[in-house]
Amino acid sequence: MSACAEGEPSRAPIPMERPEAEPLSASGSCQAGEAEAEAGSGPAAEEPGGRAAGTMMEDCLSKKIEITVSEAEKRTGRNAMNMQEIYTAYLIETRAVESQTEGQCSPPDSLWRRYSEFELLRNYLLVNYPHIVVPPLPEKRAEFVWHKLSADNMDPDFVERRRIGLENFLIRVASHPIICQDKIFYSFLTQEGGWKEMVNETGFQLKAESRLKALNATFRVKNPDKRFTELKHYSDELQSVISHLLRVRARVADRLYGVYKVHGNYGRVFSEWSAIEKEMGDGLQSAGHHMDVYAASIDDILEEEEHYADQLKEYLFYAEALRAVCRKHELIQYDLEMAAQDLASKKQQCEELATGTLRTFSLKGMTSKLFGQESPEQREGKIKVLEEQIHDGEEQLKSKNVEGREFVKSAWADIERFKEQKNHDLKEALINYAVMQISMCKKGIQVWTNAKECFSKM
Amino acid sequence: MSAGGGGLGTPRALPSSGPRALRDMPHPLAASSSEEAASELTPSPDLLLPRSFADKDLSLPNGTPVDTSSPASSSSLLNRLQLDDDLDGETRDLFVTVDDPKKHICTMETYITYRVTTKTTRAEFDLPEYSIRRRYQDFDWLRNKLEESQPTHLIPPLPEKFVMKGVVDRFSEEFVETRRKALDKFLKRIADHPVLSFNEHFNVFLTAKDLNAYKKQGMALLSKMGESVKYVTGSYKLRSRPLEFAAVGDYLDTFVLKLGTIDRIAQRIIKEELEYLVELREYGPVYSTWGGLEVELAEPLEGVSACIGNCCTALEELSDDMTEDFLPVLREYILYSESMKNVLKKRDQVQAEYEAKLEAVALKKEERPKMPADVEKCQDRVECFNADLKADMERWQNNKRQDFRQLLMGMADKNIQYYEKESVPASCF
Repeated sequence: MSACAEGEPSRAPIPMERPEAEPLSASGSCQAGEAEAEAGSGPAAEEPGGRAAGTMMEDCLSKKIEITVSEAEKRTGRNAMNMQEIYTAYLIETRAVESQTEGQCSPPDSLWRRYSEFELLRNYLLVNYPHIVVPPLPEKRAEFVWHKLSADNMDPDFVERRRIGLENFLIRVASHPIICQDKIFYSFLTQEGGWKEMVNETGFQLKAESRLKALNATFRVKNPDKRFTELKHYSDELQSVISHLLRVRARVADRLYGVYKVHGNYGRVFSEWSAIEKEMGDGLQSAGHHMDVYAASIDDILEEEEHYADQLKEYLFYAEALRAVCRKHELIQYDLEMAAQDLASKKQQCEELATGTLRTFSLKGMTSKLFGQESPEQREGKIKVLEEQIHDGEEQLKSKNVEGREFVKSAWADIERFKEQKNHDLKEALINYAVMQISMCKKGIQVWTNAKECFSKM
Repeated sequence: MSAGGGGLGTPRALPSSGPRALRDMPHPLAASSSEEAASELTPSPDLLLPRSFADKDLSLPNGTPVDTSSPASSSSLLNRLQLDDDLDGETRDLFVTVDDPKKHICTMETYITYRVTTKTTRAEFDLPEYSIRRRYQDFDWLRNKLEESQPTHLIPPLPEKFVMKGVVDRFSEEFVETRRKALDKFLKRIADHPVLSFNEHFNVFLTAKDLNAYKKQGMALLSKMGESVKYVTGSYKLRSRPLEFAAVGDYLDTFVLKLGTIDRIAQRIIKEELEYLVELREYGPVYSTWGGLEVELAEPLEGVSACIGNCCTALEELSDDMTEDFLPVLREYILYSESMKNVLKKRDQVQAEYEAKLEAVALKKEERPKMPADVEKCQDRVECFNADLKADMERWQNNKRQDFRQLLMGMADKNIQYYEKESVPASCF
């Protein structure tokens, strides 16, 4: 998405906040010919996600145990094809919060996990909690890299930033009122051996495949909940704008690095020049030193900015999780609509058979007209079959409706929780970024003031 | 200290080819003359004292007479006797300014003129104040005349003559302003020079309504005289170059190199800054776009966008300043150093001639018991040149120190201002 230049028609903003929660009645209903199919029922009150989450916060795992990813280590092992590989393992430490406050410093429980195990955990959560905006993992491969940063996964800076990202992921999951209670998650933190097998035994892999397929399929939903449609649009826009931001930021960092580093050349030439001067020599020499300091200062500045970039990246990936939830709603809704449509057509068929009239064109009707009608017994049989199917269909539709409504309710609650979290986190990140800029300016003023003083003594 | 043939009352000449009639100037070391004058001067040990003034024929190696036409009042005598030029306001009596550039469009060409204003109490000038207009050509002419008529002195540099059309806009405000500053500096340096400021051509330049008429006059005279002194490009083999000149020569070689390096670094920084600016210009608006998607975050996002926009403005100002103020002065000093080196070479040439003649005489020792007149002439030339040049070198070193101090402090200032401008909106945020 290109930056908004003047004159470019701006898209209508998609506000994240909605002034009031809309009732569910209109949504989820599908148009079936003779509305005998049960559609979404009356309005259901919606709890503001924030409050609901708030009351449950005390139950969150994060309140009970302290989680850190404290170390990273290079390991060698064998991969699935029995070939040797090098990978990084991360040490997860957990410590009960209470033991801290009592003044006891009990040693933490710890185990080692590698990135692929984190991925497995996350996929499991995605499949089993489709109504939750599941926290994302730090990026698999280094992206949005500017020239000084390495794109190598084994690079120590990358590993360090990944360690922080993984810790952040675990804390986010542990702070979520619903998924923190998951047994598989708890085992991930506490049970070193056999965890992988345990996860696979849940059979989530099959669900994972169909989920992936469905997420990418194209289909047209007739009556989705408008909030989810708008939210999906928003998440697409968010992904686009944050990607663009991160790309440009990387280029900005690159250029800024260049500006600062070239000043280091002043240091060298002032030093050489001072050698041939008498009175000017000292002033030049010391000014040159300050130029070296200036050139070196950019390294710390940009390292701090990388953390800011990581915060943005988290929400870039969060946008994808958000999108997934919206897609799940569409899937459920589509399924519902198809079921209702199928039911309606069966009912129609039944009616036509019963009354002998042909309401709508059907090939069967045509052929029976052309090639002679069926016997009354045959017709009775068909009607009976259809009536059974209709009965089953109605039951199914009822439960699908309930499922649909439940999903919308719980998903929207989590979305509200997510919105609050996002606004809070990003606001803090942006303010910190501004603070970083001020700090950078202060350093600049300091260095140049020092240099100026040296020049004045020339 | 040998005394010449002159008796009492005959003034010993000051070894300078300045515009003063040398008869009128007392010998700096004469006991009866102003003691202040004596204490100001520190003649170098290798400077041989002049003999009788009457024997002197101070002319340039090619025979052109030295310009000695301007009389001086006794009040500014002290000024000129000071080899060490102390520039406080009280001793200055000549002020020159270049300002008010204007474009002239004629049928044949378009060009810029600058107003040159002079304020002075000197008797050499008929009026206390003058205001005339000059174009670059005129400055160039002046410099050439000064080089011709004052070959033993260091003439300040002019801004570059040729600009590539199409690359640089000769009529842009920035270019004209940069040039104006350099021309102003050029005239000020001459005005502050105890010898050059009394040059007749300089006087005419500052005062004449119609400079072209005067120029034509000069051209005719010159063609009668023959070729003027050309720049020396080769180096001369000397018996012994005086230490101080050798030292300055070495110094200048390194100095010019270092200035060149600084010029390249400054250019590189400007280039990097402009590339940084390009990226920033894309960066800021993305935050605004994002702000359009959000409700609660709109304000902080707009805030960041505004900060970045502000940074762009400040950065542009910084790189413009560096281009217009810093680089030209740097380049001017490179030119100045180059012309100093040329003067040193000329001096070498004069010394070489003298030594050659001396050698020739030495071979014919038996035939001529005394020093022939022409060899003495050469010796005097060398002495004059050395004295003039030494004085100018000291002046140059002092000015250089002040100029660079100012230049580098200015550079630091600009950077400080940049950061101050940048931090303002961020703190509001």
